[in-house]
Amino acid sequence: MSTSSETRETTRADTADAVAAPATATGVPGTAVRGTRLTLRAATLGRPDAAALAEVDLDVPPGEILTVVGPSGCGKSTLLRTLAGLLPALSGAVEQDGRPIGGPAADRALVFQEDALLPWRSLLANVELPLAIQGAPRAERRKQAAAWLERVGLADRARQLPHRVSGGQRQRAQLARALAAGPRAVLMDEPFGALDAQTRAGMQDLLVEVLHGTGATVVFVTHDVDEALFLGDRVVLLGAGRLVAVRDVPRPRDRAAHDDPARVALRRDVLTSLSI
Amino acid sequence: MTRYALRVASVAGALGLWQLLTSMDVDLWLRFSQFPTVADVARAFAERLAGDDYWTDLTDSLTRIVTGFLLAAVLGVATGVLVARSRLAEDLLGPILEVVRPIPAIALVPVAILLFPSNEQGIVFITFTAAFFPVLVSTRHAVRALPPGWEEAVRTMGGGRWRILGSVVLPGALPGIFGGLSVGIGVSWICVISAEMISGQYGVGYRTWQDFTVVDYPGVFVGMVTIGVLGWATSTTVELLGRRLTRWLPRTSYVPTGRARPRSPLPAAPAPAVSPAVPTGPEPEEARDEHLV
Repeated sequence: MSTSSETRETTRADTADAVAAPATATGVPGTAVRGTRLTLRAATLGRPDAAALAEVDLDVPPGEILTVVGPSGCGKSTLLRTLAGLLPALSGAVEQDGRPIGGPAADRALVFQEDALLPWRSLLANVELPLAIQGAPRAERRKQAAAWLERVGLADRARQLPHRVSGGQRQRAQLARALAAGPRAVLMDEPFGALDAQTRAGMQDLLVEVLHGTGATVVFVTHDVDEALFLGDRVVLLGAGRLVAVRDVPRPRDRAAHDDPARVALRRDVLTSLSI
Repeated sequence: MTRYALRVASVAGALGLWQLLTSMDVDLWLRFSQFPTVADVARAFAERLAGDDYWTDLTDSLTRIVTGFLLAAVLGVATGVLVARSRLAEDLLGPILEVVRPIPAIALVPVAILLFPSNEQGIVFITFTAAFFPVLVSTRHAVRALPPGWEEAVRTMGGGRWRILGSVVLPGALPGIFGGLSVGIGVSWICVISAEMISGQYGVGYRTWQDFTVVDYPGVFVGMVTIGVLGWATSTTVELLGRRLTRWLPRTSYVPTGRARPRSPLPAAPAPAVSPAVPTGPEPEEARDEHLV
């Protein structure tokens, strides 16, 4: 199998820089790493006593980066946890490649806002964990985990415990952990929400860089409209317990597109509809 | 260094006072005339150390407490996890456990005598019961207090029930479990001595009570010192093991001493005057901690 650049989606080929990471570092032997299609049809999501989102229709094609914005408490996390399989839909259909999602699975990785690394494991051991769950032999998973940590710039921190490194470094390790097992979808719940603006911009670039070559479908939840417009091929607007709109983003993952008139118009549009 | 001198002086002062009060047969309101002197106790101790009986008692008591405590640790953690994680187990076991828990382990001596064919097993049973409940309760609390994010993370990696148990629940609950183990070892030491006094053959508690009944007061004090030292040794063992296994816990900066610091790859060079002081400074703090446990 190959997870290097030839499998990557053409939609993001124009933005991602070539990465010098070893091709063997990504994914697990024997599994073709590519995107998966995530579909919600007339789905009502939430806890049985409190539905958070009603009647959601959404189709995320393989390899797309979909960002989700909305005010706090609008059900962004609920949507993500449903896609991860942690929360069953109350009604309607939630499917991956046409098959209903019945529970969590390794091919849909979840990245949390913070503190999801196991604090008693070093960064290296944390990244090894999903590989261990998949049954990779010790030497192999150590090698892969180390390569992933190197790819996110944490090679010299591999033996540190999570609380001994900075918040940004923890999130980078979490990203490495999510991608190490070669998931077909990466679900990200405000992963950079707790970081300062500068670290956050760096993390966005890093994310674009490491996703390059995995071909994974990404659903990225954020409350930061600029982040959503920078990262997403499309952006989903949530509000008041329902899906408000889905918009295509012009020139995604292009820093220079910040002043693009189409992008500026979209940004104003999004902000307007969120403030209702 | 001065602190060690202080500690030695403190112990020496206490012993000196004891010697003074007993050798002068002080008989105010408290009566020291029947009390053995430090010298008497030391002489008796030396005699006992030279004999076989002392060591038989010692190994007997240690065997009992280690057996009972290990059983309690294993079963206490297992039951605690079960009750915390399974509603069915909680409904089935919860009421029984809650009713049995307030009964002091030493009050179970009659039960032990009725149930078990030999005294030995009865004493182990009482030691076990003493440690079981603190371990159970602290495990249950620790497992219930685990943040859900860790488990969810492992579930989304495809981890199953056993993986979650081994990779999240047990390591995550370990700090709490060791809280229970520390309490448990203390209580079970008290109970093993008491049970030996009541129904034992051999053992430090049995010997101490035996010495009292034959009016060998220096022997009683030898027993007490032995109990104190062994109790301290067993508690410290559990405490140190706990610290070793939960070294990952974030602590305030002065606690992780020499072990963690030198490995920190921070280029801490700019303050060379300070950094040599860092590993030595916290040492007495940790040492003091250990004496408090």
